[in-house]
Amino acid sequence: MRFIFKTDYGQDINLAKHGGHVFWYSVLLLMLLAAPWLFAEYYLAQLTFILIYAVAGLGLMLAVGFTGLFSLGHAAFLGVGAYTQAVLTNAGLPFPIALACAAGLSAAVGLIVGLPALRVKGIYLGMATLSFGFIVEEVFARWESVTGGNAGIHIKAPDLFGWKLGSGEAFYFLCLVIAIGATLAILNLLRSPTGRAFVAIRDSEISAQSMGIHLARYKTLSFALSAALAGIAGALYAHKLQFISPDQFNLLQSIDLLLMIVVGGLGSVHGAFLGAIFLISMPQAIALVKDYLPAAIGQAPGLQGVVYGMVLIAFVLLEPLGLYGRWLKIRTYLQTFPFYRKGMFKRQKTYQKSDRLK
Amino acid sequence: MSFAQGELMMLGAFGGLASMAMLGFPFWLAVLSSIAGMALFGVLLERLVIRPILGQPAFSIVMLTIGVGYMARGLITMIPGIGTETHTLPVPYKDMIWKIGGDVNAQGTLILNVEQMAVIGSTAVLCLMLFALFKYSKLGIAMQASSQNQLAAYYMGIPVKRLNGLVWGLAAAVAAIAGLLLAPITYVHANMGFIGLKAFPAAVAGGFGSLPGAIVGGLIIGTVESLSGFYLPDGFKDIAPYVVVLIMLMVKPNGLFGEKLRKKV
Repeated sequence: MRFIFKTDYGQDINLAKHGGHVFWYSVLLLMLLAAPWLFAEYYLAQLTFILIYAVAGLGLMLAVGFTGLFSLGHAAFLGVGAYTQAVLTNAGLPFPIALACAAGLSAAVGLIVGLPALRVKGIYLGMATLSFGFIVEEVFARWESVTGGNAGIHIKAPDLFGWKLGSGEAFYFLCLVIAIGATLAILNLLRSPTGRAFVAIRDSEISAQSMGIHLARYKTLSFALSAALAGIAGALYAHKLQFISPDQFNLLQSIDLLLMIVVGGLGSVHGAFLGAIFLISMPQAIALVKDYLPAAIGQAPGLQGVVYGMVLIAFVLLEPLGLYGRWLKIRTYLQTFPFYRKGMFKRQKTYQKSDRLK
Repeated sequence: MSFAQGELMMLGAFGGLASMAMLGFPFWLAVLSSIAGMALFGVLLERLVIRPILGQPAFSIVMLTIGVGYMARGLITMIPGIGTETHTLPVPYKDMIWKIGGDVNAQGTLILNVEQMAVIGSTAVLCLMLFALFKYSKLGIAMQASSQNQLAAYYMGIPVKRLNGLVWGLAAAVAAIAGLLLAPITYVHANMGFIGLKAFPAAVAGGFGSLPGAIVGGLIIGTVESLSGFYLPDGFKDIAPYVVVLIMLMVKPNGLFGEKLRKKV
């Protein structure tokens, strides 16, 4: 068991709490840097997808996990980012400027959708974002002069001021840099007063308001930041796939994103990454196991849906804190070895009330 | 709050189909049995998955129902030979026409499609029944109470757990009726559950928990949808309901007939 002896106020908000953090995260970083030489091209592409989804997950985590704003339309922000990037890149803009525009436009759209968020809460915000998702999907399909309609749109390789990032390795490093940047930004945000205000709003709106937090401003800010991150992820997604069409940004994608952060663990930055790993590796795992199952089950087309549904139900029922929560429990068990008690992570019960009656 | 409603609808339609095609039930028996079966399924579902997470935030229930929806869709698709195809539900009133006002070819004849009349008629009857249930019966009022504040309802001696089971049974039965009504129009297939999502905006527009609100909301949505399909360019028809919902949430966040109430600390 490790005891941290605090000698400085700064230690409370340090990103790395102790030497162990520094060591293990450095190892992880080195592994990620060496990945192009360690893995085959196919697995590198999967790793790139994990990073992209993790960025989107961080965005969604900020809104759902840290501010308590329920969003069923994040695929729409992903789509706004992807289409902005595609259109601007094809118009010849360099990658960073196009990325900034994609993030900015997503954030602006997020602000607009966030407006009802100021007045409604809980499930009604989910409805608003759901409606918004349908609208955006339809706009992508109908605005053919810009988006290419249902036929989709091709996108050129990213262009970093004359330096073409055509290869898989170069793009992997680009994604890695952006993912690390986004993670650090989120971590930094969460230890700042703004981030604390978000968490306070999640835990209780009334007490947050009593503490002088401007609910409307912080909720909108959170939603806009979340949308901006989703937009960045969308831009990367567009570059990775090199082809986007409206049906990649439908309701199922939004639900996949939600599933990702719930499985990863709501309210933890690790959760976004663990969830992304889950979401990307699950289809592969199913494909691997398929051959060993009886043909009636293994070859059935609905298998993936059933597995996703089962995993989601199992996590909500048995491990509401997700994969990261499971890890926390194992770690606590090991750290306090003979003294782990069953009730250590017991949650307080909250009984359901109608959201209409504030 | 359930996101599996559309899937329950789909299961109901498939249930009707199965009991008619495989067990050879006559139409009415098949309808009744699939409604009853779905009600039972709803109660079971509540007992197995929803009840263990009683006392946790609404978000968990939403995710749980999404998971149930995924599973239901996947399982139906997995049934070999049935799941991936589109079916028609044979109904006795298919392609029948009521003529009011004499000759078919004469001017001023009102021709009504029985299929659509059946939908309208049964919806109206269902709405009235539900309205009566929630307005006048002890059970309905208890359901309303527990939806507004579970803990308070519990303190007043309402058996919230048992009630929740009944609510889920009722919801599943209603979904099955909706599925059976929809089946002749849209055909039966594994993804018909997505149509159920269209119902959400209507419910929001009227305000959850207010039955007249939901009906008026549904009427508004339907009217806006068909009018915008007629007057506005192509494509607006599909998004108009959602635009209405967004505006509604911004302007009247408490719903059409929602009451303005504030929690006092």
